[in-house]
Amino acid sequence: MTTNPLPQSPLLDATGVAKNYGAVAALRNASLSVLPGEVHALMGANGAGKSTLVKILTGAIKADAGRILIRGQQLDVRSPAAARRAGLLPVYQEPSLIPDLDVLSNLRLTGTPVEPFRAWVRELGIPDLDIRETARHIPLAILRVLDLARALAVEPDVLLLDEMTAALPANLAEKVLAVVRRQGEAGRSVIFISHRFVEISALCDRATVLRDGATVGVVDIEPGIEERIVEMMLGTRIEKTRVAARAANEAAVAGGGRPRLSVRNLQLGTKLNDVSFDLANGEVAGVFALEGQGQDELFAALAGSIRPTGGSIDVDGAPVKFSHPSDAIQAGIAYVPGDRAEALAMQRSVRENIALPFSAAARKWGPIRMRREQVVVSSAIGRLQIDTRAQGEVQRLSGGNQQKVTIARWIAANARTILCFDATRGIDVGTKQEIYKLLRELAGQGKSVLFYTSEMEEVQRVCDRVIVIFGGRVVDTFPVEEADEAALMRAAYGLPRGARADVGILAEVKPGSSAEAAS
Amino acid sequence: MTDIATMPQPVSFGRRLKRFMADRPLIPLIILLIVLVAILQVLRPGIVNERWIANTAKFAIPLAILAGCQTMTMLTGGIDLSVGTVATMSAFIMATQIVNQDPAVAFLLAMLPAVLIGLVNGIGVGVFLVHPLIMTLGTSLIGTGFLQVYQRTVIASGARIPDFLNWLGTGLTYGFPNALFLFVPVAVLIVFMLNRTGFGRLLYAVGDNERAARLSGVRYWQVITALYVLSSLLAGITGLLYIGLIKAPSLSLAEPLVLPSVAAAVIGGTSIFGGRGGYTGTIVGALILTVLTTLLTILQMPEGGRRILFGFIVLFVTAAYLRIIEDR
Repeated sequence: MTTNPLPQSPLLDATGVAKNYGAVAALRNASLSVLPGEVHALMGANGAGKSTLVKILTGAIKADAGRILIRGQQLDVRSPAAARRAGLLPVYQEPSLIPDLDVLSNLRLTGTPVEPFRAWVRELGIPDLDIRETARHIPLAILRVLDLARALAVEPDVLLLDEMTAALPANLAEKVLAVVRRQGEAGRSVIFISHRFVEISALCDRATVLRDGATVGVVDIEPGIEERIVEMMLGTRIEKTRVAARAANEAAVAGGGRPRLSVRNLQLGTKLNDVSFDLANGEVAGVFALEGQGQDELFAALAGSIRPTGGSIDVDGAPVKFSHPSDAIQAGIAYVPGDRAEALAMQRSVRENIALPFSAAARKWGPIRMRREQVVVSSAIGRLQIDTRAQGEVQRLSGGNQQKVTIARWIAANARTILCFDATRGIDVGTKQEIYKLLRELAGQGKSVLFYTSEMEEVQRVCDRVIVIFGGRVVDTFPVEEADEAALMRAAYGLPRGARADVGILAEVKPGSSAEAAS
Repeated sequence: MTDIATMPQPVSFGRRLKRFMADRPLIPLIILLIVLVAILQVLRPGIVNERWIANTAKFAIPLAILAGCQTMTMLTGGIDLSVGTVATMSAFIMATQIVNQDPAVAFLLAMLPAVLIGLVNGIGVGVFLVHPLIMTLGTSLIGTGFLQVYQRTVIASGARIPDFLNWLGTGLTYGFPNALFLFVPVAVLIVFMLNRTGFGRLLYAVGDNERAARLSGVRYWQVITALYVLSSLLAGITGLLYIGLIKAPSLSLAEPLVLPSVAAAVIGGTSIFGGRGGYTGTIVGALILTVLTTLLTILQMPEGGRRILFGFIVLFVTAAYLRIIEDR
């Protein structure tokens, strides 16, 4: 779309950037070149290295190798302040105003000129901001817009926006996109990180695609390009797609009858929108989503940690309203968080951790029947094959064994439904396999599992069905046979199933914004 | 195979000793207690006899029960600074009400402020999430104020120490202080509760990781409210025991025990950050503090110097002890 007659020299040019964390290569060979006046999309699946590259560019972390040129000058961005001086300013997903200060003090803290800031705030669609308001009392969506206004007010050469429109209501998002577009027209550059093709098509001139820590392509944005971008994000993995055969599968689907869990039109602020699905008895239903698409909130609502603002949840056909995790547990729904530190009392023994739910209700505060508890706990330990050599304190166990303890707790409690949120994150392959096997066995016994994962291959290994969430909505549901990685990836980016390249989603963009995109 | 992998390298005696003590945290405390008693015996030959032991136990018991309140609240990451006021209130009310009331009624009246203050503490900490330090300090001040108001209404009627409390506080049976009749069941109950009941488990779990407890279905406010009521009840009972020992009802009767009760729990190995500790260590901690007080009294130092030394010793002992047991 940018048809520059003469080749411009890039404003920002990063090449061969690499970063290792111990033995893990977060970035191997990333490059990013941004022309003046360009809005440039940075894309990649979860774990491709986007955030590492962003952190390096903005000076938050130091690269192990690579060269970063700004306006042709080699630059050593050692700190966020240095990046700022070089004219590179990020707006992150998390609001960056200090909560206990008012807006004005926050501006003074960063030396931001006030009048331009006010002008940008008005421009971005907030006419009545009280600059004396304490940041804590300002809603999240507005805070993000203020962050953007603050960045715009210092007129950076390169503005870096990380999922800028996430959590914004539609009217604000539109204003934001318009302002970003005009930045490009004013000769400044924007690096735009987003999972939303609609926005990218409306805004961006080019896109750099990362995969496994390396830049795999730079493309011009034009209708139909999204298929190619998805292909690039997947790489060769498209070929090795296969459907795992599972014996337990047929038995599971045959369970039938009333669904165990039935979610209808679930609403949660701007995070979840009209989410509906069923979870059958004897089923492992996968949930696949890019980061931050509302899956955290969905699981939290089902686990009773937060209250949805609308919609209904039915358990075995009866409507429920959870106000505390104990309500969900009462209904036989257990939540296994991905972060083990969230679920374990680290200084306590394996046994106490597993038996914790037994004592939770006030009527069970009395003497513990130690022998019976011992039997239940050791059977759960045996079932998960937890290595109990260091069982005195859970913190002395390996990560995999700790994760097993969090699951064993609910096996011992005989929970009928387990909500597994990325439970295999950061544990060894052997333990992962054991957990997959266990989840399949549970389904075989008529239990049900809702399994969120950020790793596509896990869907194939454990799930009967997969629900894909994008932007707080269920965008697609498919049986595992059709859930190859390409299909999953497309769905996770909100692309309709079966869309052909020539009638891709970019062709559907409403005329106004596509005209802007074409300019 | 694993045997070879984990075969211990030859370790120095010092390290092995530390390991040993780390696994049995009570042993270094008991050794310290014995050392203190030995020093006392050297300084004043013949002082350590049956009578001295009974006397030490009598003074250590109220401290140990109040330190039990601190142990339980500290396990959840809290603290209960209102125990001194609660003990004083129940003692004072008991001593003044017994003059005109039936003993049972006087007892119930004496325990009433304990329950109320415990309830307010528990709701403040558990429901409104006020920091326990502030919450219990606040209720402690309020309680003291109420007690001053109450005192004016009973000046005319005077006060009396009930015979039963006299017997419990200072009496001996076969050389054993009668206070043990109260203390032994209380101590057994606390130890049992912490180790073998659901409630005890929850105290540890809540103090270790409140979010994990919540995800396991634990309702924080219930646990905390019950805990602070229990702590206050124990403090109230301690007050009754203490008035039988001191025999002079005053408005600051048990106040001097508050900070030593915290110190006893800390010396006994309970972490103020929650999740770690137990009551047996606390009992030994209370004994250590009591013997230490005797020791410093015997040295015939002026009060100021005694306090300075006391403070330093508490700091030193706690730091050294934590270094020993946290060797991992």
